[in-house]
Amino acid sequence: MRNAAKKIYITLIFIFLYAPIVTLIVLSFNASKSRAKWGGFTLKWYQNLFKNQDILNALWNTLLIAFLSAFIATVIGTIACIAIQSMKKRNRTILIGITNIPMLNAEIVTGISLMLLFIVLGMNFGFLTILLAHITFNIPYVILSIMPRMKQLNPSTYEAALDLGASHMKAFFSVTFPDILPGILSGFLMAFTMSLDDFIITHFTKGPGIDTLSTKIYTEVKKGIKPEMYALSTLIFLTVLVLLILVNRSPKEKDV
Amino acid sequence: MNKKMLSLPYLFWCAAFILIPLFMVVYYGITDKTGAFTLENICAIATAEHSKALWISILLSLISTLICLLLAYPLAMILAHMNVNQHSFVVLIFILPMWMNFLLRTMAWQTLLEKSGVINSVLEFLHLPALNIINTPSAIILGMVYNFLPFMVLPIYNSLTKIDPNVINAAKDLGANGFDTFIRVTLPLSVPGIISGITMVFVPALTTFVISTLLGGSKILLIGNVIEQEFTQTGNWHLGSGLSIVLMIFILFNMILSAIFDKDGEGNTL
Amino acid sequence: MKKLIALLLTCVLSASVLTGCGNADKYPNGKVYVYNWGEYIDPETIEMFEKETGIQVVYDEFDTNETMYPKVEAGTSRYDVVCPSDYMIQKMVDNDLLAELNWDNLPNAKANIGEQYYEQSLAFDPGNKYSVPYCWGTVGILYNTKMVDGPVDSWSILWDEKYADSILMQDSVRDLFMVALASLGYSLNSTDEAELQEAKELLIAQKPLVQAYVIDQVRDKMIGNEAALGVIYSGEAIYTQRENPDLAYVIPKEGTNVWIDSWVIPKNCQNKENAEKFIDFMCRDDIALMNFDFITYSTPNTAARELIEDEDIKNSDIAFPDLSLYKLETYSYLGEEADTLYNELWKEIKSN
Repeated sequence: MRNAAKKIYITLIFIFLYAPIVTLIVLSFNASKSRAKWGGFTLKWYQNLFKNQDILNALWNTLLIAFLSAFIATVIGTIACIAIQSMKKRNRTILIGITNIPMLNAEIVTGISLMLLFIVLGMNFGFLTILLAHITFNIPYVILSIMPRMKQLNPSTYEAALDLGASHMKAFFSVTFPDILPGILSGFLMAFTMSLDDFIITHFTKGPGIDTLSTKIYTEVKKGIKPEMYALSTLIFLTVLVLLILVNRSPKEKDV
Repeated sequence: MNKKMLSLPYLFWCAAFILIPLFMVVYYGITDKTGAFTLENICAIATAEHSKALWISILLSLISTLICLLLAYPLAMILAHMNVNQHSFVVLIFILPMWMNFLLRTMAWQTLLEKSGVINSVLEFLHLPALNIINTPSAIILGMVYNFLPFMVLPIYNSLTKIDPNVINAAKDLGANGFDTFIRVTLPLSVPGIISGITMVFVPALTTFVISTLLGGSKILLIGNVIEQEFTQTGNWHLGSGLSIVLMIFILFNMILSAIFDKDGEGNTL
Repeated sequence: MKKLIALLLTCVLSASVLTGCGNADKYPNGKVYVYNWGEYIDPETIEMFEKETGIQVVYDEFDTNETMYPKVEAGTSRYDVVCPSDYMIQKMVDNDLLAELNWDNLPNAKANIGEQYYEQSLAFDPGNKYSVPYCWGTVGILYNTKMVDGPVDSWSILWDEKYADSILMQDSVRDLFMVALASLGYSLNSTDEAELQEAKELLIAQKPLVQAYVIDQVRDKMIGNEAALGVIYSGEAIYTQRENPDLAYVIPKEGTNVWIDSWVIPKNCQNKENAEKFIDFMCRDDIALMNFDFITYSTPNTAARELIEDEDIKNSDIAFPDLSLYKLETYSYLGEEADTLYNELWKEIKSN
């Protein structure tokens, strides 16, 4: 009885979370261009998608920015973690406080503040400004997932490596790095996802002629979204879903 | 390689992309068009339309946070008691929707909720009264809960899985019933997760302008909408910045709250 | 987790192959940055332009004049060609944001655009120094004949409680106030605070009846039978009727706004020569015709109008109304002070 209630509850929440997604998938097969009418089943939006250079460009920008910003944020974040770990407690608290600002602050304020900065610097708004903004808000997520691992480290193994004649660099890569790697990977993944889904900060830092999927969709919302966009989202979603199932079916990896 | 040197690039990054930009918002917020010092932009929050927008934002985000908490806690408990091996799967199921663009998902709710939308067609088929919440505050709350629920579930789930089962067993051995165990052991131990969940939901809900535009039909003006409008339409950046400062005060309060419960400074996000 | 990331990377890489990048050789003559209204051009004409001139078009869209202006003013986005409306052009001229056109580079614009449209432009662009008309039209009511009883001829129907929750209003400040000012019988360019307050009160009274304040979504919602009445630009009338034959467009008897959207070149543009090439290309009769067929907004290009094959549309009262039959007024720029007043009142309506 209790188990049944639990199952019903979980099912309801999942319906709530996935209902809009199912809607979008259904719309991607809707022959009518309007959201409001069902015009029969079609695959034409999928065909059109691969001819629509605007959407493909936006997809490419989105993936490239997500990948680069997650990667750079991971590198900076990892180095920062090592540095933070070696700091005195008070400095550490202050720096972690500052680190958390982009995550805890309102996205709109972060977006506006970066926009003002780029204007004062006289930068041309475009790819670079979006990338810098994304790195900035990705770093806290990376640090958050690495720090707990960092704390569990046994400092004596690192020192032992140094005593045995390893350089700092070598000691880091052969002792510390493998231990914090799971944190680094999940930080990267988290950063990648956050960047991918961001709209507000991109909205304020983007320039002419460059669109990510989010900003592209936002302009389309006003005129009615092109069904190709539904097709693309369906493809992205299914890809990730398949990846997930693959990963979970493969033998359990210890690092997760 | 000195470890102190390692912190330099990051310190530089923090200064350049976190502190200086915030300083600029403050600078714009306390000056007027001529560059003279003024508090007018901050005091503008007291005008009828701004304070009303702020009040509605606070109200809607509080309600959404509460609903998120009430929905998420039982869910997190159920998930935490499931097979431990599925940890990553559980987490990813909640992150998965994020791979479908957030604007599209919110738009999809519009399709679902519209007067002649999917939900109403189903209700009509079942001879039930129609659901007319599109373009009302209820629709905005629904959008907020939908978008931010994962941010509540994950930290609570994390803090629950961290609880040592022996503690629970000990409580039961000592004669506590299920309810007592929950109130006296599980709940207090999951407080850090709850607090971090609340912060993760409240701030984005308080400051959103997209959800209110898409699901509120622009009929409800949230403080986020006002700020966005000042920057992208009215072009009064000083006023926009001044109102942002007011928002930041709320966020600061939130940060302090989470810092009190999160003394190690490690967060409980994921 | 490692595997997931590896797989992710594979996807990113394969996507990059799919989208393919690298087209520097295709465009030897540089770029032109165009900033236009959403869905306001036939994409095919852009491709033709690129092919014929070897200039790459970097295309961006805005949804209201008000969102366009700060971007051009701040200079964060340096566009070569922008397409604002009348009053916004005046504001840009006043604030010295526009570059003067070199008419020697615009032979098609001189030959094909009707003389009356240049005359109309004089109101906001004295001497025709800065702008080339691209589209024009009116603002009116689009209504669903199945949901609304009897003929619609007045703005007052938007205050009829029978249609509560079935009314769509414009989410841009001038177009919203215009409806109230017109129904009160005031000038659409009123700067009189008492008149504007009155208009504000009227709009606040209307708010409970309004389903949503939207911009271009009026079109989709009306097609989908989501609402009975919507305030919309005349250019959408032909398109929406094609999609949903129950819809009809009307210019209310109290009068309305007549507008012109024109090509202009901002002062901070990067390539004025390419900008003029682009503008002139868009004025070619066959190109203007393609654009008219695609976006269905009235074209000031008289040469293109002659080429329209469908006689019904060529002489359509909606696409090319006889302006003398209606009470019409063009918006003009009202100055910074009035702008602020409008914005404040607008916020009061929305927050109410």
